[in-house]
Amino acid sequence: MTGAEHVPDQVLDCLGRPCPVPVIELARALRDAPTGWVVEVLSDDPAARVDVPAFCRMRGHDYLGESDRPVGTALRVRAAAP
Amino acid sequence: MPPDVPGQAPATRTVLLDAAAGVPMHPAAREALLAAQNDGWADPAKLYGAGRRARQLLDGAREVLASGLGARPDELVLTAGGCAAARAAVLGALAGRRRVGGHAVHSAVEHSCVLHAVAAAALGATSVPVDRSGRVDPAVFAAALRPDTAVASLTAASHEVGTLQPVAEVALACADVGVPLHVDGAQALGRTPIAAGWSLLSADARTWGGPSSVGLLAVRTGTRWRSPLPGGAREDLVDLPAVLAAAVGLQVAQAEAAAEAARLRALVDLVRTRVAAEVPDVEVVGDPQRRLPHVVTFSCLYVDGEALLSALDRLGFAVSSGSSCTASTLEPSHVLVAMGVLTHGNIRLSLHRGTRREDLERFLDVLPGVVADVRRLGGAAGL
Repeated sequence: MTGAEHVPDQVLDCLGRPCPVPVIELARALRDAPTGWVVEVLSDDPAARVDVPAFCRMRGHDYLGESDRPVGTALRVRAAAP
Repeated sequence: MPPDVPGQAPATRTVLLDAAAGVPMHPAAREALLAAQNDGWADPAKLYGAGRRARQLLDGAREVLASGLGARPDELVLTAGGCAAARAAVLGALAGRRRVGGHAVHSAVEHSCVLHAVAAAALGATSVPVDRSGRVDPAVFAAALRPDTAVASLTAASHEVGTLQPVAEVALACADVGVPLHVDGAQALGRTPIAAGWSLLSADARTWGGPSSVGLLAVRTGTRWRSPLPGGAREDLVDLPAVLAAAVGLQVAQAEAAAEAARLRALVDLVRTRVAAEVPDVEVVGDPQRRLPHVVTFSCLYVDGEALLSALDRLGFAVSSGSSCTASTLEPSHVLVAMGVLTHGNIRLSLHRGTRREDLERFLDVLPGVVADVRRLGGAAGL
């Protein structure tokens, strides 16, 4: 599962920002997003690769997967119905 | 500030909720330590009076410690600490079974001292994954054993989340193929029974109210194990007063274990219930039933673990965290990662004989407000 087939509606550049910042930014983006909105978080904090899927599980969003980038990892999430 | 000292004003008294990292020495152990400074200072190998007295005391302590492990005195190896014991188990088994091969199998949630020993000395290793509760599947563990596997290592219970591992089933699988199993009993010994069937069992005196300078390793007779000490000595000269204190501490801990486990289990259940009910966006991690009686762990979404620890410290609560920002490395806890649970905003409470229900209730009373404050300061209010 890489989520590469999902073109993101929004990209959050969180490079250089430690957890929980990427998850907070992601939650903020998803708060007002319509159902099905795809957000990509770009993070170089190794914790984000665990914390973004865990956040999705806790808040009911769909975790679409990750892919490596030249710097960091892109993690994609699809907004659930509010 | 000394923890849990009676008579101090409540505002300045620190409530220690980090027993897994060590507890104040048990009064009986401290007494034994002080008495032995006078009576057991000599080298037990010497043939004059003070040496013979030291030998007598050491032999007595060995019997107590070995019996506490479920071993014979001649199976016991004393080390300078719990990590040294776990390391000696892994390194000694790898050295003793070099002809078989150099492969090691371990769970993904072993203590870092086991992982470091494997990384340093094994010729390849298989890390057995755990489920969301932190437990290995015995069948998966068994399938990882190979003809060239020299040693397998499984913690009796993870020190970070408290989930008990299926030691008995894994021990049977290892015995079937003749691979020695090292069980890391550091958090379990003196708290909860450890299943038989191990070939090597390591433990740490500081976790049961003994001194931090004593580790135990039991090497079951017939296990191919070679001491990793240069020169082949089985053990270094021991710190006899500390060993005597460890023995007294273990006796007391094991005598009180059943009653303490029942009391602490009820407190842990209280924490699990109230945290899940009263803190929004929180995940209580670890197996709810098959667990150590005294460890409870949870992670709070959107919370910086270091800020949470500092805020709790200001209120007089000493707790621990597996979040990366609170550790000496930038990597999050390998245990939480292996479980796939939230690594940030993580708090581990580990309780002990000095933990009072009213202190824990006070902690639970302040926690939701502290978490809300940290979230607000981190820009995560209303998410």
